[in-house]
Amino acid sequence: MNKFFAAALVAAATAACIGGAQAQTGTLAQVKNRGILHCGSGTGLAGFGIPDAQGNWTGLDVDLCRAVAAAIFNDPLKVKFIPLSAKDRFTSLQSGEVDLLSRTTTWTLSRDTALGLNFAGVNYYDGQGFLVRKKLGIDSALKLAGGSICTQQGTTTELNLADYFRSNKMKYEVVAFASNTETVKAYEAGRCDAFTTDASGLYAERLNLTTPADHIVLPEIISKEPLGPVVRHGDDNWLDIVKWTHNAMLNAEELGITQANVDEMLKSDNPEIKRFIGTEGKFGEPMGLTNDWAYRIIKHVGNYGEVFEKNVGQGSLLKIARGQNALWTKGGLQYAPPIR
Amino acid sequence: MSTIPTETVQPGKASLLYDPKIRGYVYQLALLAVVGFLLYSAASNAITNLRAQKIASGFGFWHNAAGFDVNQKLIPFSASGSTYGEAFYVGLLNTLLVASIGIVLSTFLGFFVGVARLSSNWVLSKLAMIYVEVIRNLPLLLQLFFWYNAVLKPLPNPRQSIELPAGALLNNRGLYLPDPQLGPGGSLIVWTFLIGIVASIIFRIWARKQQEATGKQYPVGWIALGLIVVLPFFVYLVTGRPISFVYPEIAGFNLRGGIQIFPEFVALLLGLTTYTAGFIAEVVRAGILAVSKGQTEAANALGLRAGPTLKLVVIPQAMRVIIPPLTSNYLNLTKNSSLAVAIGYPDLVQVFTGTVLNQTGQAVEVVAITMAVYLTISLVTSFFMNIYNKRMALVER
Repeated sequence: MNKFFAAALVAAATAACIGGAQAQTGTLAQVKNRGILHCGSGTGLAGFGIPDAQGNWTGLDVDLCRAVAAAIFNDPLKVKFIPLSAKDRFTSLQSGEVDLLSRTTTWTLSRDTALGLNFAGVNYYDGQGFLVRKKLGIDSALKLAGGSICTQQGTTTELNLADYFRSNKMKYEVVAFASNTETVKAYEAGRCDAFTTDASGLYAERLNLTTPADHIVLPEIISKEPLGPVVRHGDDNWLDIVKWTHNAMLNAEELGITQANVDEMLKSDNPEIKRFIGTEGKFGEPMGLTNDWAYRIIKHVGNYGEVFEKNVGQGSLLKIARGQNALWTKGGLQYAPPIR
Repeated sequence: MSTIPTETVQPGKASLLYDPKIRGYVYQLALLAVVGFLLYSAASNAITNLRAQKIASGFGFWHNAAGFDVNQKLIPFSASGSTYGEAFYVGLLNTLLVASIGIVLSTFLGFFVGVARLSSNWVLSKLAMIYVEVIRNLPLLLQLFFWYNAVLKPLPNPRQSIELPAGALLNNRGLYLPDPQLGPGGSLIVWTFLIGIVASIIFRIWARKQQEATGKQYPVGWIALGLIVVLPFFVYLVTGRPISFVYPEIAGFNLRGGIQIFPEFVALLLGLTTYTAGFIAEVVRAGILAVSKGQTEAANALGLRAGPTLKLVVIPQAMRVIIPPLTSNYLNLTKNSSLAVAIGYPDLVQVFTGTVLNQTGQAVEVVAITMAVYLTISLVTSFFMNIYNKRMALVER
């Protein structure tokens, strides 16, 4: 028993050594040396992170990684996407296998503290919902009492589900699967009455069902799910880079800088835009980047609004409204500190 | 004369450095020191790095509230009030449940197929061969997916449950059996039943000794049947039928009442049993073939029929060959049960290294505990199988 415990420690120590080494020399230096960014992504969720037949990844979370790569390398393709299941994602980030985790991960206190992670912002405000068959004939999650619910293990979803049924004094049966694919398959096979995950995920997965029209998303949103990119503790510079990449995309939308007009903006006299583009001031250097870092992001990836519409909004199959994810100037929650 | 011993001692003292025994010890000590240092530095390095990254460590999480639910649980567990430690026991018991039932079933199926493959009946032996070849050569994970879908897909939803005899219901949420409730005096029946089993075993041992001593045979089977079945039934009637059943009934989306056997459990059990039975069949076949043909011929010459020949002459000798590889198949079955993760059966790996690891983030501790558990289960299984092996081994005189 002791031998095995020790063996486990050796394995962990090796992993911890790698993580520690990276923290010492800096993740940015590691990424630059390697020449490619390692981004932890999901195992395939339409609109957020999914590879197509040619292996090209697209999605809202994927574009955040591309934006970080654009800021560092001036090339959004220098990203290697590593698909991680919900239960493996944090171990993978802690051990240094990925530099950045961008896969619909909910920001919670325990993850931010005890798991040794830092959240760099919120790139999608979400909430948990339920998908059910139309023929069940129910219009509210409160009528799910006694039902079987399929969910993915190792998620906040699993915990919220328990909270919701407990606080409403309803009985239920949970069937938890390791991967999202298995969860949806079991729901479709009739193992469960409802499938629960973040509402955005429900809309995305509904499209993959044999007949999407037979299923509806119930109106209740039972939790707050602020989803965002995650990095390890212990490298503040790297946290800044990821945080400000997201902020730059929001600021660009607010300033009206788009992928199409960003080159014209180089001639702008607006001081805010000049600071953003990098023609005035030195805002990239303190992060270890070039001063045109934000220009690169918008040039290669686009601003937040563009990325949103392309992946999950009107330009996509999901057709999710901006809602809470609109800019603060338009009644939403997305708000970025200024670049100055 | 006194100089001779000193002369013989001196070369020994001089060659202390070259003494192979001493050198052996030194090398072994050096190796131990190196291994010890490696382990120590690895452990301390891990701890330092975990602290540096401010990742929680230690086993304090054991008593923290879990906050999630598990569907199949042998001990009370709920999101309100249960701890991660209790989640561990829920997972462990589920692993032990599927492993122990799987071991029993795969042994029966494996022996049957193994013997069938050696049968002189052409169809039977070829069928057994096809079974073994197909099952052994497909990955277990694939077979589990097959069974899960094979179990789940054809079954109706709860509202159209298939009604089985004795009030049992079958649907895609599982098999629902009537739940027996003991009324006053009901425990008497259970005790009679248990005493019946013990008495049967004692009687069997006594009967065998009598047979060895005097050659007289007793109807052990009939007496055991009387003790285990008829007697408790008699008590049941005398005490006024104190056992009642709670029958499953449709309530809302699901069924209420009764004992629920989950489809994930059935699928995993089917997968593990059929898969391991394929290997056990080959072990059994090898064991039987290892018994020289002369033994069978001698038994035939004495006038024994095929059944008793197999039971009394061949199998007891074959067991000596069968037990060691059988043990390793049992261990494999137990370890393979961790593939339950793929089909949503809440075993130790799914509950503990899945949900608990993820919610606490303490990979080192959780994985170490899980490894220790599997190691313990395996060692205990081996220990008992070794005792059994010693008993069956050829007694050399």
